[in-house]
Amino acid sequence: MKHLILILTLLASPAFAVQPDEVLSDPVLEARARSLGQELRCVVCQGENIDESNAGIARDLRLLVRERLVAGESDQEILDFVVDRYGEYVLMRPTWAGSNIILYISGPALLLFALFAGFFYLRGRGRAQYTTDAELSQVEEARLAEILKE
Amino acid sequence: MIIELGHFALILAFAVALVQAIIPLIGAHKRWPGWMAVSIPAANAQFFLTAFAFAALTYAFVTSDFSLKVVVQNSHTAKPMLYKVAGVWGNHEGSMLLWVLILTLFGACAAWFGGNLPPTLRARVLAVQSSIGAAFLGFVLFTSNPFTRLQNPPFDGQGLNPLLQDPGLAFHPPFLYLGYVGLSMSFSFAVAALIEGRVDAAWARWVRPWTLAAWIFLTIGIALGSWWAYYELGWGGFWFWDSVENASFMPWLIAVALLHSAIVVEKRESLKSWTILLAILAFGFSLIGAFIVRSGILTSVHAFATDPERGVYILFITAFFTGGSLILFAIRAQAMEAKGIFSMASRETALVLNNVLLAVAAFVVFIGTVWPLVAEVAFDRKLSVGAPFFNMAFTPFMVALAVILPIGAILPWKRARLARAIKSMSGLIALALAAGVLIWSMQTGRTALGPVGGALGVWLVLGAIKDLWMRTGRNGFSARVTRMFKLPRADWGKAMAHGGFGIAITGIACLTAWSEEDIRVANLNEPFTVGTLEVTLLDVSRLQGPNYVTTMGEMSVTENGKLITMLKPEKRVYPVQAMPTTEAAIHNGFLRDIYLVIGDAQQGGGWAVRTYIKPFASWIWAGCIVMALGGMVSLTDRRYRVAAGARKQRRTAMAAAE
Repeated sequence: MKHLILILTLLASPAFAVQPDEVLSDPVLEARARSLGQELRCVVCQGENIDESNAGIARDLRLLVRERLVAGESDQEILDFVVDRYGEYVLMRPTWAGSNIILYISGPALLLFALFAGFFYLRGRGRAQYTTDAELSQVEEARLAEILKE
Repeated sequence: MIIELGHFALILAFAVALVQAIIPLIGAHKRWPGWMAVSIPAANAQFFLTAFAFAALTYAFVTSDFSLKVVVQNSHTAKPMLYKVAGVWGNHEGSMLLWVLILTLFGACAAWFGGNLPPTLRARVLAVQSSIGAAFLGFVLFTSNPFTRLQNPPFDGQGLNPLLQDPGLAFHPPFLYLGYVGLSMSFSFAVAALIEGRVDAAWARWVRPWTLAAWIFLTIGIALGSWWAYYELGWGGFWFWDSVENASFMPWLIAVALLHSAIVVEKRESLKSWTILLAILAFGFSLIGAFIVRSGILTSVHAFATDPERGVYILFITAFFTGGSLILFAIRAQAMEAKGIFSMASRETALVLNNVLLAVAAFVVFIGTVWPLVAEVAFDRKLSVGAPFFNMAFTPFMVALAVILPIGAILPWKRARLARAIKSMSGLIALALAAGVLIWSMQTGRTALGPVGGALGVWLVLGAIKDLWMRTGRNGFSARVTRMFKLPRADWGKAMAHGGFGIAITGIACLTAWSEEDIRVANLNEPFTVGTLEVTLLDVSRLQGPNYVTTMGEMSVTENGKLITMLKPEKRVYPVQAMPTTEAAIHNGFLRDIYLVIGDAQQGGGWAVRTYIKPFASWIWAGCIVMALGGMVSLTDRRYRVAAGARKQRRTAMAAAE
């Protein structure tokens, strides 16, 4: 692995997303590396994950993730390791902790509220009486008289 | 000289906009016909003045007038003509001018085609529209003036971002703005109705075509942007849930909800205040989107500080129009009583459910987009909300929408029997489930995404066809087919839009579930296999383009010994900006795209090559096109023309009688 990194640092040209020399030979580990790559944000880019990014730091992170995978760490351990160094800013999926719970539950909560509101509105419409339809305004009365005269 | 005339025209347009925002409003209140009539020549003048200013700026770009600051920053003599023109809106100042041009164009359209509106309503609509125009003309003139000259013009410009030098992206902003800004019409109609204190079926009938037109443009604009990302960014992603994309997606979702709720107002005189609220929110989200994009507050919190003036100005515009109209709404919404009466099982209920799902989905996108900001300001946490969150939080809404859509579309108004509707669709339900099971058993991986997407696609597309078929009566087969083609265009538009949604869902699900990828170092004439394909790198050459140098690979793709396609992926470097771009070579197919990307030459020989097989990729954009076409077909429906014609007839009859 050290050997690999040495070769990689010699290649100076800007990298375009995942490079052939980064890909792990074990397809299971590589698949895990990919799914982890989707979860981590490139810290210098505008909202790209490290798999999509061309930045050098994203490449470093991709290599770091793979190195730790080869060393036998679990996905969560690797994410924790990266968060330890760069902060929770690097996580594409916010953690279920503290104020973030508001983010997660506000959607379902609003949906429930909207369904209730919709239900009561609909029930109201079902029970409404025809009174509003039966009465005509003065303008409408006048227009009706006009039509009947014609 | 032309530049100064353009600048002057823009200042005049601002003055006209101020007049048009005030005089007709007073006229409508006092019932003074002369004051109300001011709105029409004013709307015309405003549009033609802005158009002249825009033409002047285009002239500056086409002739590479490097005495203008924007031209220097965004153009270059070596750039092809298409991108010199596209460069006009490829920057902040010019794109704001395009925004204003479209805003005044919509205002002028309301003046030209609004002959059948009641005069007070038209005067108020044009006044509200013009107040938006005045706000943005002021923004352009005071904070983002494209006509700023340079004291010492340089010899050549700095060029346009190479990523933007692409036909797909050249036309992406105009469509997007036609959509964003088109929603200002629904907003103006909503505010005018609130001032007027009257919302009825006729109002909904006037608002719907405007909203529909805006929605069509927005659909095309978003699809163009996503298509561009697919082929240009070099790994075949098509949607990234970044804040700028979300800014265009939220108004789209609300516009879809608005289109559906306006139907209820038109047909059943219910959901009036909710429809008004949606019209306000749709444009409100457009403004919030403009704020997000222009201030840079969300891509980087610090970019806001680099130009606080612009951000604050747009924030002020957003707060004024959204807040003001919401206050007006709170005061006047009580006046809109509902008239229609309907039972729990009815088309009305289905449309309410549609609105609930779309509105909450838009809210989820909204909170995800602004959450990093909220977390930083309120909780002192720097965090990101990315694609994994949105995929998880947003997808269930679209699945639920797709499940109820075909049933809701065939439910009768007022009082329906749900069991009967489900029974008449039972064949399709079985077919869709069978399709899902079939896909599940055929696929190699065990993801639920493909089967669910496939089943929903079958359900939506066949449901749309069934919807048309059920309107053809009970006669023989050929009579029903003849009748089907004589159905109103609105029915066809509805079926196409719903079917297009199904096609797009299928494409998105299948592409996400079964995309194949291969990354390797390829040597010349050494074939390698990806899935069932055999790919060979035949040749690599270096070529000179108009304003770039390119490394072009020549690659063959064969399957079972048969040549499928020859592809030429490129890697370009634009020397002016010293920036590389990838130009993927894509073989578009009905069932799959073959997507090849060439990278750098490797030290040990060979080139980095990326091969993707993207199943059903074309379906995503085909679905969007079908949706937009559905909108266009619906827009040409006889009702809109007949209603206009009938009114004209009555007016001439009245004129004759006088």
